[in-house]
Formats: sequence, structure tokens, C-alpha cells
Amino acid sequence: MKARLKFSKTGSMRFIGHLDVLRYFQKAFRRAGIRISYSQGYSPHQLMSFASPLGIGLSSEGEYLDIVLEEPVDAECFLSRINAQMNEEIEVIGFTVLEEDAKPSMAVLAACDYLVCVKADKDSFLIDQDKRFSAISRFRERSVIEILKKTKRSEKMVDIKEHIYCITDSREEFAAFTGQRQSGRFLDKELYRPVLFMQLTAGSVVNIKPELVLEALCRQEGREYDRFSYQIHRLEMYGDLRSVKGQVHTPFSEPPCELAPLSEFQAGAADGKEGRAGD
Amino acid sequence: MRKLALSDEILLSIEKPARYIGGEINMVKKNPAEVDIRFCMCFPDVYEIGMSHLGIQILYDMLNLREDIYCERVYSPWMDLDKIMREKNIPLFALESQEPVKDFDFLGITLQYEMCYTNILQVLSLAQIPLLARERTRQHPFVIGGGPCAYNPEPIADFFDLFYIGEGETVYYEMMDKYKEWKRSGAPREEFLKTAAGLPGIYVPMFYQAEYKEDGTLADFYPIQPEAPRTVVKQVELDMSDTYYPEKPLVPYSKVTQDRVVLEIQRGCIRGCRFCQAGMLYRPIRPRDVSFLKKRAKAMLESTGHDEISLSSLSSSDYKDLPELVYWLIDEFRGKGVNISLPSLRIDAFALDVMSKVQDIRKSSLTFAPEAGSQRMRNVINKGLTEETILNGASDAFLGGWNRVKLYFMLGLPGETEEDIEQIAVLSDKIARTYYDTVPKEKRNGKVNIVTSTSIFVPKPFTPFQWSPMVSREYALEKREFLLDRIKSERNAKSIKYNCHDADVSELEGVFARGDRRLCKVILQAYESGCIYDAWSEFFHYDKWKKAFADNGLEIDFYIKRERAEDELFPWDFIDIGVTKRFLLEEYHQAKREMVTPNCREKCAGCGAAKFGCGVCVEERG
Repeated sequence: MKARLKFSKTGSMRFIGHLDVLRYFQKAFRRAGIRISYSQGYSPHQLMSFASPLGIGLSSEGEYLDIVLEEPVDAECFLSRINAQMNEEIEVIGFTVLEEDAKPSMAVLAACDYLVCVKADKDSFLIDQDKRFSAISRFRERSVIEILKKTKRSEKMVDIKEHIYCITDSREEFAAFTGQRQSGRFLDKELYRPVLFMQLTAGSVVNIKPELVLEALCRQEGREYDRFSYQIHRLEMYGDLRSVKGQVHTPFSEPPCELAPLSEFQAGAADGKEGRAGD
Repeated sequence: MRKLALSDEILLSIEKPARYIGGEINMVKKNPAEVDIRFCMCFPDVYEIGMSHLGIQILYDMLNLREDIYCERVYSPWMDLDKIMREKNIPLFALESQEPVKDFDFLGITLQYEMCYTNILQVLSLAQIPLLARERTRQHPFVIGGGPCAYNPEPIADFFDLFYIGEGETVYYEMMDKYKEWKRSGAPREEFLKTAAGLPGIYVPMFYQAEYKEDGTLADFYPIQPEAPRTVVKQVELDMSDTYYPEKPLVPYSKVTQDRVVLEIQRGCIRGCRFCQAGMLYRPIRPRDVSFLKKRAKAMLESTGHDEISLSSLSSSDYKDLPELVYWLIDEFRGKGVNISLPSLRIDAFALDVMSKVQDIRKSSLTFAPEAGSQRMRNVINKGLTEETILNGASDAFLGGWNRVKLYFMLGLPGETEEDIEQIAVLSDKIARTYYDTVPKEKRNGKVNIVTSTSIFVPKPFTPFQWSPMVSREYALEKREFLLDRIKSERNAKSIKYNCHDADVSELEGVFARGDRRLCKVILQAYESGCIYDAWSEFFHYDKWKKAFADNGLEIDFYIKRERAEDELFPWDFIDIGVTKRFLLEEYHQAKREMVTPNCREKCAGCGAAKFGCGVCVEERG
């Protein structure tokens, strides 16, 4: 049985790399007595895959892990068994049974929501409501937003304007735009002051890092971007119900994308059957 | 949210921040304010290595069983964090509470290899604890050392308040009780040390005086406090099946060297290889009951979720119930995807059967440790492995489908000749030939693949070779070239790969292994001039070490080059490990005569360990 887990990763777990999280889950499943299917061959491994690795230092309440279970299990039972094995800073908050032909979440990932906070012991112009508001307004009005994209081989300027689906400091506006009631409830309000919400393109074709958007915003305002001042928190990940392999649809393209959180995303073999959970 | 000692900024600026956050699965959580004793256990090397050590896991579990003790852990910060902590004056902290080590009652440091000695000083100075024991006051923790290198603690004597000579399972609780009494009493620091010095197995170095002869050897070594005994007797766990062993070992987040359940099936060894310190230190061999092991294996696999279990001991094949245990593990856990690994297994029909069940034959390799190339030299070192046994084992394995072989040898063994070294090449080649002779062409799984490794022999205390000179690094470098050349001239040279160990590090290891307390100054100076992580070749500064010796008027050659006189007083002679100096000397003579001594189960050699009245010494023979 294929299933998709949604989980949070906060606090000290921000410093655990994604391969370590994979190992953490492998061991947690064993401790919980949840039987995950194994790959074939002499050194079999559990069939599981992440939607998108979370960078070290980021926190999240919208991480996804696809797994293949040896035997059917209901959501309530699964959640109580796995959460008994979790530490305080990783919690499994969703369990969705997938159709057998469902594509892995990493293949359908199309967009991510992020919440940017300023750390309690740091300062930023974004804390000031007026400065924040005018910065966001100017940012939205720009026709081009160029960032320096670094790869292993080259550095080049890229326009990411069309990949910023939404950027706002208003929780209500963001909820209306995304249709989700995201809360950031996993963030400690004493430590982090929320200042920005954004939805960005994600996935294998184009993947926009929230740090780059934040940096562009700072630069626009003539401010130094200090990565240690901010806590970036992933809220949700989406698949595009209209996706076509190798293409990116945005809310502004024709046709526009139709996003659904990965926990609700069931579109299976819409355009062929490549990829399956595992490896 | 868990409190962390390091800021986000620091954690995001260093390699592998998971090393410093603690919070691992099965970590013990207690309120430090509610305990009487805070104990910090330290492995003075990087997290991935320290976390792989079974001894700390046993003591961590044992100490935390007591409600009045909170045992936490600390490892050496890596170079990147070391620099930041010094710059920002951040005190070294324990992983559990993330609180400074300097506020603890005890800092226990495990001494697994000599080349960690500068890291001990790193830990102390980052913890902001005075490096020298005599400069510590009532507010500082007591620094206690244990583990194999504690059997010659003299080169690091100045840095420790106490050493514990023996197996941790036995005396710690009693010492903790004495500590609580002392703490309540408000007496001076020295009073606790006096009490501790009277406990079995405890050595308080500042209570002893060393005097030297003109030639630099020890003239006398004696206690200068009435509480300190003249001889410190090794403490031994008598019943290995009724003792502490964790059921919930720690599970790290990041990948560590030993990322698996470790099951210690027995302690000690019957073999008596003359180069092997562990084989003498842990006498007599004491197996654990197979029922005890099954229970622990199951509990540990369930509580950790590990997918591998490794059986640990010296010479595992000597564990009598090994087939029962291994087949039980296979039946019980193999279906659940659990791997079973068996290091130190003699290659025979049983081993091949087990290996074929738990490993991919195409990928796994056979391991032989002949240690010496010639039979003559194997007799000298009392390694009872014959060429016939090796070739038969290899031949059976090749027929079973294996084609990779790893071979381990030593260079610089006492009385070694070029002929002996040449035999390493010859034996490697014979194994390759065996492959082509036994496996018909159509059944071969490609070429045979042999990896021959050599390390440099380092004479250790409490072995028959404690009198032996060690070869120089020049000799080691030269013989390495010689061996490489010999291997190249063998028929199957292309199938043999040759690896060798670093010669500079081995030389210092040799010095510290058999050194005296005058070396404390050398280690201190080397550390202060920047030496740290000496076991890591990228950080090893031979020149700084050489200068530290010269500046302190000590010579490397004095400690390693000379054959020591039979009546010489050694710095470690005040320790009684059961095995007597007389027996070791007799074995040294046997080695020179190229005579083999039977193992403990064949015939008792009267080594002295029988005085503990346990293990093989009281086994029924039949």
C-alpha cells in the first residue's frame, strides 16, 4: 500500500540533514513495528522518498515522505504508532493513502509555501510594519526580479518574477490566495516573529529557494541580507493538477496551474507512468 | 524547544551540526537539579567515532540507572567549532543538558588509543578546566581516565585526578557513594582523592613518586600517601551474564562509524598472541550466556530500530555457542531485513555458511589476519594460524563464490628478516593461485581480488614484547618499499593491492604506549604548539612533536629503540593485571625460541589471571 506522510521538523531538528531524516524514519518505522516494503536485491532498503529536501537550518510543518507499506493500515493507528517513536521536534501530522499508480511526490511537486520570521534576538527592517508594507508593495510592482543563481558550474542572473506566486505580510491574504489555513503553529512565537508569507515555484524543473527571494527583497531596500536574522519555515507543498512533464505552469500562465496540497494530491498516471515511490 | 548551547549562527557555520545538538533517540533525560552527581563521559575524538564506542554506552546506561546520578556525554569538537569556541570563549558543554562540563562533578575520559592524548587537553581547555590536576580546586570536576591506555597512564598522569584500572562495571557505584559523602562533608578536594585511592582499581597519580636512574630508566616508583596502595589491582567483572548491558542504546541522527547494535558476546581471549595487548589485559576470557545475549539482541534491535547487529569480541570463533546464537539471529531477524555482521571470525565451514546467508557473496570479502608472512614469524608471535588453514579456508570460499580477500600483516615484528617480509608477498600470491587452481574457468566470477595491508608493530605494555625494541620509521618506510617490490614481482601481482599505515604516527604511539610521566611535559608542549587530532594524518605535525621532545630533553629513541633489560622497572609495573611479569618474560623467551604456547582451553599456561577465579580459569575441561 502506498501512502504519503506529512510531518513537521522544528527546533534542534533543523540541524539534521535530509539523509539523516531518512535514516531517522527508517529506524522509527522499525521501532514502531510498521512494516515498510523493501527493494529487491541483496542489500534491500526500505521504499521511501521525500518530496523535497529541506535545507539545513529551515523548519517546516509541511514535509512529505512517500512510503510503501507491506500491509494496509488505517490512518489513526498509523499515526499513533509512529508518533510514539518520534522525538518532540519531528511529528507526523498527516497520513494519506495513495492510489497504486500515484506518482512520487518529488515528481509532482510544483510549489511551496513559506513563512519568514525574524528571530527574537535579531533585528530587521521587516519588523517595522510601514517599512515592510512599502517594501512588499514595491517588490510586487516590479516587472523584473533578478537574482544571482549559483550552480556548481556557473553563476547567472535569472528573472524569478513569474515564480513568486504570492508574497504578503497578511496572514488573511495568504490564506485567501492559497486556500489553506496554514498557521505556523509549530513555530515558537517567543522566538520567531512572522513577517512574510510567500508561495514559490518548486520541483525538478524550476525550484526557487525562499532565501533568494528574501535576499532580493532586502537588496531592493538597500539592506544587507543577514541569513542568520531570519527563520524560514515551510508551510505546505503542492502538486499541479494540470502538470505536463517538463513544464512549469504558474498562476499567471495559460493555462494556469491548479495547485493541491500533496496530502490531497491524487492525480496518478495523467501523463504516463514514470516514477514510483522508492529509491 | 530543546535548549542548545550553540547559537543558530554557529550551528549553521560549521560542518555536521548534528554532532553538537544531542537529543538522540534513547538519550537519557533528567533534571540536573534533582541529582546529586553529574557525570560527563567523554570520548576524546570526533562524535562519529566516539558514538560508536560500546564501553561508553555500557557505563552511560549503568550510571543512569541510579536516580542520584545524571550521566551525560561529550566528544571532541571538530576543528571548525574548536576555533569558534576559543574565539568566543564558549565553554565545552555536555550534549544532554547542553550545560558546561566545568560545572559537573566528574569528567570521565575513555582512553582507547595513544594518539588521542592531545585531544584530552583540547577537551579540558575548551571545558575551561585546568590542564594539570594539581591546579584544580574544589569547584572543578574530578577528571578520571579509564580504558586500555589507562594500563599505562603515566604519559598523561599530570592531567588526571584519578585513573580507573579495570572494567567499569565493578567499582563505579562504590566510588559514587564515597563522592557523595565527601561532597556533603565539605572537606578539601584532596580528601576525596585519598578516599578514592583506597578503593580497588583506583590510581591517583599525584600520590606517587617516580625516581629515575642516570640512564633514564625508572629507579623507583612508590606511593607518598598512606591511602595509596603500592600495587593497583585490575578490577574484573566476574559474571558477564549478570551485569550491566544497555537495552536501549543511543541512536544517533547522523551516520556514525558503528551505526548498528553491538553485542559483546565475550570479553577476553584464549589465544595469547604475543603482540596483542587486549589479549592479555582482559584475561581471563569470560563468555556471556547465550540466553543473555538473545534477550539483549532482541531488546536492542527493538528499541533502536537498527537494521544491523554486529557481534563483538576478540576471536569470535572461540565463543562456544556461536552457531546457536548466529542461526537464532538469522531465523529471528533476517526476515525483518536485519543484517548480521561477524568480525574476527575464523574462516571455516561454519563461517562460510553463515556468510553466505547474511551477505552478498559477490560484494563481501574474506578476511584473514595472519599478521606475519612466514610460519617462523607466526610462531614468534604465537599466532596459531597455519598456511594450510588459510589456503583451505580460501579454497572453500572460492568454491562458494567469493573472490575478494583481505589480508592483514604487521611489519617490524621482533626479529623480523627480509625473508619473513618476502613471505607476505608469497602468501598473498599463493592465495591468488589457489583461486585459479580451485575454481574452473567457466565458474569464475571474474578475477581474484586481494588486498594486503600492513601496519607497523608497536610493542605494548603487558605483552611479552614489552621488552622489545620498535623499528624506526626509516626502517618501516624502507621495508614497505621492499614489500611492494616483492609483491610486484609475484605472478599474480595485478590481483594484489597493497595498503600500508602511516609510519610517523606509529612511532609516537610506540613512545606513549611504553612511556613514563616525564612525557606529560612533551604532550603539553605539543598541544600548546597546535597539535590536536594526531590520529588524523591531515592534522599530524611530526615536526612540532620532534621539537617538543627536544625542548624537554627527552629522546624518542630512548622509549622505542632499545631492547629493555629483563630486570628493568617499567612505569606500568605498579599495575597488577593478573597476568604476571614473570609469565610475560617467559613468553618473551618462548618467542625468541620460536616456540608456540597452547591457548587457554588447550592447556593452562599459568599466566596468573586465574587469581580472579572466573571465566576459562574455572571452566570444566572435557
